[in-house]
Amino acid sequence: MTVDLPALPGADLFNQRLRYRKAQGNVLMILGIASILIGLGVLLLLIADVLIRGLPWISADFFSNFDSRFARSAGIKAAVAGTVYMMFFTIIVALPMGVMAALYLEEYAPDHWVTSFIQINISNLAGVPSIVYGLLGLTVFVRFLELGRSVMAGSLTMALLVLPIIVVATQEALRAVPSGIRDASYGVGATKWQTIWHHVLPHALPGILTGNILAASRAIGETAPLITIGALTFVPFVPNGPLDRFTVLPIQIFNWTSKPQAEFHALAAAAIVILLSVLLLMNSVAIVLRNRAVRRRAG
Amino acid sequence: MRLFRERAIQSVLFTAAASGILATFGIIFSLAGETLNFFRQVSPLRFFTETEWTPLFSIQKFGIWPLVSATFLTSIIALVIAVPLGLLVATYLSEFASPRLRGVLKPALEVLAGVPTVVFGFFALVVVTPFLQGFIPGISTFNSLSAGLVMGIMILPLVASLSEDAMSSVPAGLREGGYAMGATRFEVATRVVFPAAISGVIASVILALSRAVGETMVVAIAAGQNPTLTLDPRVPVETMTAYIVQVSLGDTPYGSLAYLTIFAVGSMLFLLTLLMNILSHWVVRHFREVYD
Repeated sequence: MTVDLPALPGADLFNQRLRYRKAQGNVLMILGIASILIGLGVLLLLIADVLIRGLPWISADFFSNFDSRFARSAGIKAAVAGTVYMMFFTIIVALPMGVMAALYLEEYAPDHWVTSFIQINISNLAGVPSIVYGLLGLTVFVRFLELGRSVMAGSLTMALLVLPIIVVATQEALRAVPSGIRDASYGVGATKWQTIWHHVLPHALPGILTGNILAASRAIGETAPLITIGALTFVPFVPNGPLDRFTVLPIQIFNWTSKPQAEFHALAAAAIVILLSVLLLMNSVAIVLRNRAVRRRAG
Repeated sequence: MRLFRERAIQSVLFTAAASGILATFGIIFSLAGETLNFFRQVSPLRFFTETEWTPLFSIQKFGIWPLVSATFLTSIIALVIAVPLGLLVATYLSEFASPRLRGVLKPALEVLAGVPTVVFGFFALVVVTPFLQGFIPGISTFNSLSAGLVMGIMILPLVASLSEDAMSSVPAGLREGGYAMGATRFEVATRVVFPAAISGVIASVILALSRAVGETMVVAIAAGQNPTLTLDPRVPVETMTAYIVQVSLGDTPYGSLAYLTIFAVGSMLFLLTLLMNILSHWVVRHFREVYD
């Protein structure tokens, strides 16, 4: 678009300015695209680097060996076992608590100050640095409840850490349930709980599961709070029960990264490949669930 | 019977919701209790006026400032990367990209946000630092520059996504008004949308700072464990979070002074991030432009 009236005084100047003004927009757009490429480029570089360093080290032995002073014979058996144990108990605690809290806030809570206090509280908890949860776990679970530096202490700490994520995601899923479903259930004489249990929850289930998977993938990658409660960095055994000591995959990665030798860095890269693969798998499941839920709502 | 069951279920659910409050009190009491124990042995005056932090040495000094300065040094470096890039990404996604392209790019950036922090720490130490050593003379193996840069990329999606939300929620009518007055895309983006979304943008920057201050693994791995009061990004430093990690890794006896220091540092960290989170909520509430 230019102004085609050269006879108008100043039209040349205007057109010249207009070209400049439009060029500004293009520059901004190019800078925006460049910024995205920088972010995604770093991500690709990171993935390529750990693949190149780590892949040659991934073998059957890598999964079946415990950690070792010698890079050649070191593996992630204890770390994988510890991660599985810890995540199991984390989910068992956090999922029901988070879903119940969300149910109360969305379906029952009266609209007064206690409710808004709880709500503000939960959003503030989401902003607390993860290492502070570690200090909480250290005093409350490790010392006060005398669980020691065990799987259980780690799981409970992690459960509190992901609770806000689960609550918020579940609330969103519940809010998306059409009110017609509730009305119809009440209309045939169901009680509040019957309505929730038989109609609201099943309808919100995909959304709730997505939120829980995202929360779990956050917990799987967390390192700092577990270091603080004293999960071990060198563990040549599989935990025997919830009260045994343990390590997890991210701590194993941290431990190997902290060593000066390049061989251990390669081991760390190999463990990162495993960790990222698990996260990718979990996120894919979450995305599939979300898409299915969206499609069902639309259809 | 039915009524009784309904009541019972409601109180169970309430208990679950209230447990969130319990967690908050748990955090406050566990931090406050041990911090008080710490200040019984070390006066707050020393904590806030000394300029050295050497609680693990024989000559103990308890000045928090080296840890605070390192925390803010790495965080500011991260913001220098994350804020301009994040705002450019947000502007592009909200004002320039087609809805289809946005639908692809936003989840791709979320992947970046989902990478565990320990992985970014590995990347900073093993990839970025050797790269920087190639052209910055005198940069050591552990330094705040590398940690800050990687942290910047890590929090870029946070700035981008929150700012984009703020910009997207600016009503289309404002943009159309701008175009009707003959403004270009650039002018609408920078002089109409950006000012209208400024509260959300500022809030996203404050939240990003809070995230960087509380971030642990990247700085613990890549920035070092030397509490030094310096603004030189090339030398090893120790942030508040890295100090807590360092002490936690050692065999610190329960109740010893070294054990108590991590709670004093943790309290400081908690208060700083809480302050920033409250500030960002406040900015959103008080400076939001409301359109109907």
